[in-house]
Amino acid sequence: MIKNIICVSCPMGCPISVEIDDGTGEVVNVTGNTCPRGKAYAITECTAPVRMLTSTVKVKGGRTAMVPVKTSAPIPKGMMFDIMKEINSVEVSSPVKLGQVIIENVLNTGADIIATNDD
Amino acid sequence: MQFDVAVIGAGVTGALTARELSRYSLKVALLEKCSDVAMGATRANSAIVHAGFDAANGTLKAKFNVEGTALMPSVCEELNVPYKNIGSLVVAYSEKEVETLDILYHRGYKNGVPDMKVLNRRELKELEPGISDSALAALWAPTAGIVCPYELTIAACNNAAVNGTQVLRECEVKSIADDGEYFTLETTKGEIRAKYIVNAAGVHSDDVARMIGDDSFNIIPRKGEYYLLDKCESEKLSHILFKCPSEMGKGILLTPTVDGNVLAGPTSVDIDDKDDVDTTQEGLAMVSANACKAIPSISLRSAITSFSGIRAHTDREENDFIIGPSEKNGRFINAAGIESPGLSSAPAIGKYLADLVAKLTGAEKKQDFDPVRPAPVRFREMDTEQRKALIEKDKRYGRIICRCETVTEGEILDAIHSPVGAVDMDGVKRRTRAGMGRCQSGFCGSKVVEILARELGKDINEITKFGGKSCIVYERTK
Amino acid sequence: MLNYDLAVIGGGPAGMAAALEAKENGVEKIIILERAAVLGGILEQCIHAGFGLHYFKEELSGPEYAHRFIELVEKTDIDVKVDTMVLTIEDNNIITATNNTDGLIQIKAKAIILAMGCRERPRGAINIAGSRCSGIMTAGTAQKYVNIDGYMPGHKIVILGSGDIGLIMARRMSLEGAKVQMVCELQPYSNGLTRNIVQCLDDMGIPLKLSCTVVAAHGKERLEGVTIADVDERLCPIPGTEKFVECDTLLLSIGLIPENELTRMAGISLDRITNGAVVDEYRQTEREGIFACGNVLQVHDLVDYVTIESKLAGKGAAKYIKGESFGGDYVETKGTDGVRYIVPQKINRDTDCDVNLYFRVGSVYKGAKLVVKCGDNVIMTKKRPRMCPSEMETVTIKKDIISSLPDGEALTVSVEE
Repeated sequence: MIKNIICVSCPMGCPISVEIDDGTGEVVNVTGNTCPRGKAYAITECTAPVRMLTSTVKVKGGRTAMVPVKTSAPIPKGMMFDIMKEINSVEVSSPVKLGQVIIENVLNTGADIIATNDD
Repeated sequence: MQFDVAVIGAGVTGALTARELSRYSLKVALLEKCSDVAMGATRANSAIVHAGFDAANGTLKAKFNVEGTALMPSVCEELNVPYKNIGSLVVAYSEKEVETLDILYHRGYKNGVPDMKVLNRRELKELEPGISDSALAALWAPTAGIVCPYELTIAACNNAAVNGTQVLRECEVKSIADDGEYFTLETTKGEIRAKYIVNAAGVHSDDVARMIGDDSFNIIPRKGEYYLLDKCESEKLSHILFKCPSEMGKGILLTPTVDGNVLAGPTSVDIDDKDDVDTTQEGLAMVSANACKAIPSISLRSAITSFSGIRAHTDREENDFIIGPSEKNGRFINAAGIESPGLSSAPAIGKYLADLVAKLTGAEKKQDFDPVRPAPVRFREMDTEQRKALIEKDKRYGRIICRCETVTEGEILDAIHSPVGAVDMDGVKRRTRAGMGRCQSGFCGSKVVEILARELGKDINEITKFGGKSCIVYERTK
Repeated sequence: MLNYDLAVIGGGPAGMAAALEAKENGVEKIIILERAAVLGGILEQCIHAGFGLHYFKEELSGPEYAHRFIELVEKTDIDVKVDTMVLTIEDNNIITATNNTDGLIQIKAKAIILAMGCRERPRGAINIAGSRCSGIMTAGTAQKYVNIDGYMPGHKIVILGSGDIGLIMARRMSLEGAKVQMVCELQPYSNGLTRNIVQCLDDMGIPLKLSCTVVAAHGKERLEGVTIADVDERLCPIPGTEKFVECDTLLLSIGLIPENELTRMAGISLDRITNGAVVDEYRQTEREGIFACGNVLQVHDLVDYVTIESKLAGKGAAKYIKGESFGGDYVETKGTDGVRYIVPQKINRDTDCDVNLYFRVGSVYKGAKLVVKCGDNVIMTKKRPRMCPSEMETVTIKKDIISSLPDGEALTVSVEE
């Protein structure tokens, strides 16, 4: 089976073809990428796609009502909405520092939810 | 609540009538069904004070137009509303249209319009250098001018309020009963009793008249669509430019506005729904196709917004204003069918109706009537020294909220806390011009919402664009 | 009157990078004037990731990218005035600004850098007929409401325009629980970065309708729906293709306009295509000592390029302040055959650096090449597998080549298929 995807590792947007062995489900060939990051992205995207997730968390007593957050590492694409539920359920108090961990190891993904601004 | 007079409808006619009534020792209420004043025909029209040559001789339109236009400069001075007496030109592009100019001239002369003149091509070009080369002649009427209709109305309401008039918004009249001395009005703000009623309900004036059994007229809502152009176009023309009137009406005009924009429109289409102020693709296309004929260098690509307004046209054959006591009830006074030249006529209609009610009630003029509405602070019109002095007095005038129109927080606070203050975004916009500029509130919108919420003690999601369900945002995200 | 060597108008990514670079190049007294309450500009509300891949070689969110520069500014003696709006720039480089703590302030600066950014085109810029109800706003306004204030701008959303802000907001609103019905794009191609099409639309199952626009908005008070229609090759709606789409919110992502009111007031002429000032390789405008950089000069698609451009302006301002200007003999640049514009529009013949030309193409090209010429003389060619209007292109011209170009000939860049 050949999967055609567009690489999103950088703004180049290379069209990449990934050949997958129908029997083993393993990637046998990757073409169309211009850099090693593209190859890595293509393999991951076809086997276990991941995304960076960004959102906001409520802040008490801050300069603004919300503080922006992100996952410290890419998380499985299919878990985005489950992790959103976790993010939506917490509230922090000011002061919050950029880089501060808001939720540790969110839903056992190995990624933390961290603040991306001071508030 | 008991009053001597209830004026129904806070458009320009109702507002100026209430203000005139507040000169007398009368208890006056001004009732408006919308969340703010000036929301009907007054909100969206050509903003022109006509010289008075359009209306047929001997009509109320002719009489009140010429009288109103003569009163307008002093009314605007008292209310501190910008008024510019720039004069109008009816431009003729064919020999047949040149003949029409002659008819207009003579009609105007009989109506009492002063100082008109038919200009030849050269004279026209001198007066309006950007005029199209295909223009042959024009009727010059120097008494015509421009005024902002909602600013005039808001100022009149504030002045009426200061002089004792109770201005009630979100107060829709549902039914009227009469016991011979007092009318009882069932409204969305409860029961209101009044000895006299002035019906200035605009497109709904027939519905209100029917509440006392007067079905002598129907209002046919007539839609007019406009484009408002960026201030960068304003140096290209300096007078009101009409086309020659035809059976289709006065046609599409081009005019500067008092705020320095250029207005193009209106179309003229009879519709069914009195509250339908949607613009249409056909209407806007019609404006773009016709608007720039007079000044070819003007481009509609500089349009910053488009809008439409509804005019209260009557089905009566004489096609005139309906002004005076109803035949069904002498204490119910109509000011209905007020379409163009309604804005021009409003100062005269208001004076006429107030004098009429005073005569009927025997009310005396008050000694303490204050005709002046103090000038609101207009930061954008000040020079550096004036600005310095202003901010030293009050720091809130140092914070710019609307960048395009240079409106300060202080001005927005003034607008919210005036007697008939702004309660929603469009109310702030009409009173201060915040959000009226080329970015159309992209930058200041959320700040205005924040200020409104803070000052009115509401949550941000309770703030609306213009009342009702016109919220800006919904619930909190989390 | 306050006296400064350099006044920077705007404390977003452009203003901060320019001020820092000027500082690094020996300029002593610098002030940044920012109209918002904090430095960072629009990045404050751009909480998504994707910033910094070029400049920092890592993926940051908007606030994180801004923070790196805010920290650097805080470490210097650069003065910063926030909540401060500049009202005018007068002939003698006197800036009048206002805020609610100092009141009206006047600043005289040897050099000025314009870094005011850009704004979104509003509804009035295009022809959407219908109601003037609430629920129609620019994507950036909605972004502020949801990310900074924490309110839902809508529940059922149609987005017009596939620019990056629109795409980002499609995902953002979906993640917050709204239903994004569709993104309509007038052009036959998307105007956003490919990664945003994939990650914002495909991931969320949001359809992208190309060659489609919103022709009317419906609703008495709050928006209740829009009419969409397909458009023909001339981008005009095709009668008979109208469809009603239910929604309570229409987000507009229909382009950005450099915020050049002050530039115009200062009498500086603008490029008809970029709507930004005409500048040289150090981003000096036609008024000596006034520089422009970032989105006020040309709308960029990546903040990384804003930073790079702004450092040039900072360096240029430093040179100007130190009296190290060039001879003023310019080579003009010109985009032809598919290249819509070039920044910088002119280059000092005796310049001391290699010059990157930044430009955009007018439509989508596959397997074409860029050709740089001076007269008939081909200076260089560059193969490009894919080019589109939404992605800025660049070529580098060596300074030796610039000094050797013949008089009277413009440097042109064109697309050859």
